[in-house]
Amino acid sequence: MTMATVNETLTTARGNRRKLGRDLAGLSVILGLAVTGYLLFPNNLALLTRMTAIALLVLSLDLVTGYCGVATLGHAALFGTGAYAAGIAAVHFGITDPLLMLACGILGGVVAGLLCGAVILRAHGLPQLVLSIALIHLFHEFANKAASWTGGSDGLAGIAPDPLLGFFAFDLWGRTAYVFGIVLLAVVFTLLRLVVRSPFGMLCRGIKEDPIRIRAMGASPKVTLVKMYMISGAVAGAGGALNAISTQVVGLDSLSFTLSAESLVMLVLGGTGSLFGALTGTIVFMFFEDIVSAANPFHWLTMVGALLIAVVLFAPKGLYGTIAAVAARWREARR
Amino acid sequence: MSAIFEVRNLKRSFGGLAVTNDVSLAMAPGDRVALIGPNGAGKTTFVNLVTGNLTPDSGEVRIGGEDITRVNAMGRVRRGLVRSFQVTRLFQDMTPAEHVALAILQRGGRAGRLFGNYLAMPEVMAEVSDLIGKLGLRDQMHRRVREIAYGQQRLLEIAVALALRPRVLLLDEPAAGVPQSDTGRIEQALADLPPDLAVLMIEHDMDLVFRFARRVIVLAAGTIIFDGSPSDVTKDPRVREAYLGSYANAGHAA
Repeated sequence: MTMATVNETLTTARGNRRKLGRDLAGLSVILGLAVTGYLLFPNNLALLTRMTAIALLVLSLDLVTGYCGVATLGHAALFGTGAYAAGIAAVHFGITDPLLMLACGILGGVVAGLLCGAVILRAHGLPQLVLSIALIHLFHEFANKAASWTGGSDGLAGIAPDPLLGFFAFDLWGRTAYVFGIVLLAVVFTLLRLVVRSPFGMLCRGIKEDPIRIRAMGASPKVTLVKMYMISGAVAGAGGALNAISTQVVGLDSLSFTLSAESLVMLVLGGTGSLFGALTGTIVFMFFEDIVSAANPFHWLTMVGALLIAVVLFAPKGLYGTIAAVAARWREARR
Repeated sequence: MSAIFEVRNLKRSFGGLAVTNDVSLAMAPGDRVALIGPNGAGKTTFVNLVTGNLTPDSGEVRIGGEDITRVNAMGRVRRGLVRSFQVTRLFQDMTPAEHVALAILQRGGRAGRLFGNYLAMPEVMAEVSDLIGKLGLRDQMHRRVREIAYGQQRLLEIAVALALRPRVLLLDEPAAGVPQSDTGRIEQALADLPPDLAVLMIEHDMDLVFRFARRVIVLAAGTIIFDGSPSDVTKDPRVREAYLGSYANAGHAA
């Protein structure tokens, strides 16, 4: 074995160890925060479960926007479809096992992802953004009109999931839903860490930087992006299903432009192109929103706006992105 | 030897102006051909027609005897027709190792894999290491592209192209923008290209053309006006008139 090969093997092993370490650190942070949240806010587990569902939506958005560079303001279409798929399965087809409802939500999200991807990816830049807005309005209006299936503006009520695994009933305090959500988030986060590091993830990062170069390598950017949209749909659909299972109602707000825009704001706040950034943005935004809306019900939106302006001006890479960049510079300086 | 790459009567017009006008050429494995021509001669259009980024009005493009005229750009790459770019098109936040690994994985139909990491694929890493080592980029292997010198980026362009195991390689001005002090490394990389690979190089640097090519094709106003040896190109009156001008008059010999 030559010296160069030995060095490369060592570099590779170090790189693998560092990535595994970051995966474990990420999981530990999720579980640590989950336990802390459970202990600090035992009477507010519904908010924490909602936060978990929205975190799945923001992670899903990060896959297409942060990793692939697709501009969208209609990503709640995937989340809402997942929520309605799980809800309709329970109310109209009697599928009340939470894991089967989750599977229905994921499937609904994948189908919505395929549909949205096929339409949105036909354009670039501003037209792409406009298409995504049109899509979310169409999804919203479709759900509104199909009232016999979706409950229309009244929402889809009467969702009564069975106990999880036959043992753990969805209690009034939301403990089962919370644990279910955290386990789901941990599993999805771990899978996504593997996906973004995989050859497919590398291909997506390449497409974000230069699709012409990717074409010159013989790969199809469009096929790759549609595939990523479907994965993203699965993640958002899982979030929607979690929301339907935990709240036992699905409203039109889950298919709204507002939710789409808010999820993008959360992503930018945390930092695009990083799963940690997506989680950071969701937690900070939702906690901040909860605290300031309770403290000042009249001007809380002004405060949220001020936070966003401050982050965009002083930490344009987002909260996590900025911290990661500072840490990287610090590591570089120590070498 | 039978042709690995063939262009037959290729034509393309824009608004009545014939930019590529009945161009035909054939290359055998191992050929080293330089395509030269003055600005506006139609070289870029020709490259775009050959690589599938433009559709010809008429004519054929063949690789290994297969007609690929209607095959899209990605399909052509998969059939072994690979190009490099005049201005480097690399992923600034990725490392040279990632570039070459991605090309190797794509060649093997594994770039769409959702799980696994190239760092943990010994056969991929061995090929990455070998290619990067041959092009003298070993020290930059795990650094981001934005952190490495432009000359090294040009070498990486060649490495990415080679990782796709082309049968025909189109090099679009491989030394463009590289400081004079670094062109030696590019020339060495060109000299070390696999002997059975057919290479068509579009180049303005005549010194490089004369050192690299064993055959020169001159394109002017969308038509081939010369196809022959480098030693004859400067003697050809049509070439002198259309392109070389003062360079030929200065009495430069290959």
